[in-house]
Amino acid sequence: MSTPTPTPNSTVEPGNSSLSPHPDPLPASGERGSGPPPPALQARDMVRRFGAVEALAGLTFSVGAGELYGLVGPDGAGKTTAIRSLAGLIDLDGGAARVLGRDPARGGSAVRESLGLMPQQYSLYRDLTVAENLAFFARLYVLPRAVYRERARRLLAITRLDRFLDRRADALSGGMYKKLALACALLHQPKALLLDEPTNGVDPVSRRELWALLHEFVHGGMAVLVSTPYMDEAERCDRVGLIHHGRLLLEGGPRELIQASGTRTFEELFLSRIQAAEAA
Amino acid sequence: MSGPSIEAVGLTRRFGAFTAVDQVTFDVARGEIFGYLGANGAGKSTTIRMLTGLLAPSSGEARVAGFDVAQRPEAVKSSIGYMSQKFSLYLDLPVLENLLFFGGAYGLWGKELALRAEEILELTGLRALRSATTGSLPGGIRQRLALGCAILHRPGVVFLDEPTAGVDPVARRQFWRLIRDLSGEGTTVFVTTHYLDEAEYCRRIGLMTDGRLVALDTPQALKRTWVPERVLVARGRNLAAAAAALADRPGVAAVEPFGSGLHLRVQPELWDAVSVKAALAAGGAAEVAVEEAEPSLEDVFLAVVSRPRPGPAPAEVRP
Repeated sequence: MSTPTPTPNSTVEPGNSSLSPHPDPLPASGERGSGPPPPALQARDMVRRFGAVEALAGLTFSVGAGELYGLVGPDGAGKTTAIRSLAGLIDLDGGAARVLGRDPARGGSAVRESLGLMPQQYSLYRDLTVAENLAFFARLYVLPRAVYRERARRLLAITRLDRFLDRRADALSGGMYKKLALACALLHQPKALLLDEPTNGVDPVSRRELWALLHEFVHGGMAVLVSTPYMDEAERCDRVGLIHHGRLLLEGGPRELIQASGTRTFEELFLSRIQAAEAA
Repeated sequence: MSGPSIEAVGLTRRFGAFTAVDQVTFDVARGEIFGYLGANGAGKSTTIRMLTGLLAPSSGEARVAGFDVAQRPEAVKSSIGYMSQKFSLYLDLPVLENLLFFGGAYGLWGKELALRAEEILELTGLRALRSATTGSLPGGIRQRLALGCAILHRPGVVFLDEPTAGVDPVARRQFWRLIRDLSGEGTTVFVTTHYLDEAEYCRRIGLMTDGRLVALDTPQALKRTWVPERVLVARGRNLAAAAAALADRPGVAAVEPFGSGLHLRVQPELWDAVSVKAALAAGGAAEVAVEEAEPSLEDVFLAVVSRPRPGPAPAEVRP
């Protein structure tokens, strides 16, 4: 499988590989005084239990403005729980989640306006058409009409949904549904964007184009956290966190990680690290 | 049964003015793993729904497992296994209970069903999870169980519609091992996927765009036909700047980062591994190694899908 991305974005500055890079500090987000701005997205020692299962077992990472951070790991590693915690949808048993320095569960409209979320399933109105879903989200975020038109036109062209404007969301194939959900999540151009496996079922051409689109938003200063089961996509992130049993196993730029491990691809690295972790 | 397992001739389905599947003709031999690829909305799922007897063709015909899909849809349904994109399992039931339920739905019962369920647990590697609640299991394991439910009644043909969407690399490999085992036992497998590394496992591949089947061949032959450029893989240090300079030279079709190296497509009359290595070294890269590689199916897919498409311009968006 080839991994094409036209952007030279997979290299990372040295020093970016541990904590809190701020390549492009955000404008001061309100009343805060001096000192560096907080990372756009921050997971601090997050712990969450579901019954006997510890879905998050002290997970720490952060995503700076203008950074594309990939969260990878086997099924059940805690990727979705981490994303839902950062979206303020889950109460943590320990640690903290922060969006632009605020608690996403209690941040109110300041967090809502600056945060976008694309959940894995069911984020759209299934009885509305493609065009109606987009228009609905535009009104939700109070976008001016001209801005909405231009953004919707571009997003529809890139996702190749422009020929299916009148199709109801529940009649879309899995991949088309994903593309529409992503378009709706990008419409208000949030400062921080959470994407939970956005490309499952999306065809190879659209997948490549969606990643090019994400890189474009990231270069514009957006902080993006994306979980994915596809290792070629992990290779397109600025940094990757490999998680397993709710903990960070490995973190860094994908090229550096591949080089350091002596494997040929990120998929080989993933398989060897996960098998080693399972054996331990 | 003799002859092909699946045979489609001029198969067409229209929805109003929209032609979802347009004059599709192909056949699939017994025991073959046949991959069916295409962009979202190209008509893959509609084709499958016709071949499985769920949707009547507008015109053309198809025979599956020896039965005409329009005239004998019920006979088709009982001779095939089908795992849909949105497969359904009873999440509040244990793994074994799901197998027993679907087996019952296919008309198996008693001792035969119990034995067959054990075989499936063995085949899918789910023996240790037989009592686990299905809803508590990760997606990759549920997908294996859904496949197990689809093959309980020993169908000769299995249709898998994006069976590995959202599954992690470990689980995807296990799933494909299972598909190869099925094929080895003579089961015909018709599978759609968006993951082109998986499509390499298929004996032949059909590629759809806009409802039409535009390419059909083995992976090797598709690459020869659709990717005439020479594909090279370069490794080394400080590749990024050298790669950017190389991308602008004549005869260089693509320079893309791939893992820790580069993936290049070049015109064979103008470039080879030696000249690319020299150009990268001249551009400042160190310890450069360049070797020729096979084109990937993703290169094929892009070549096929990016051909200009006929039809009216897209409508304007109105809020």
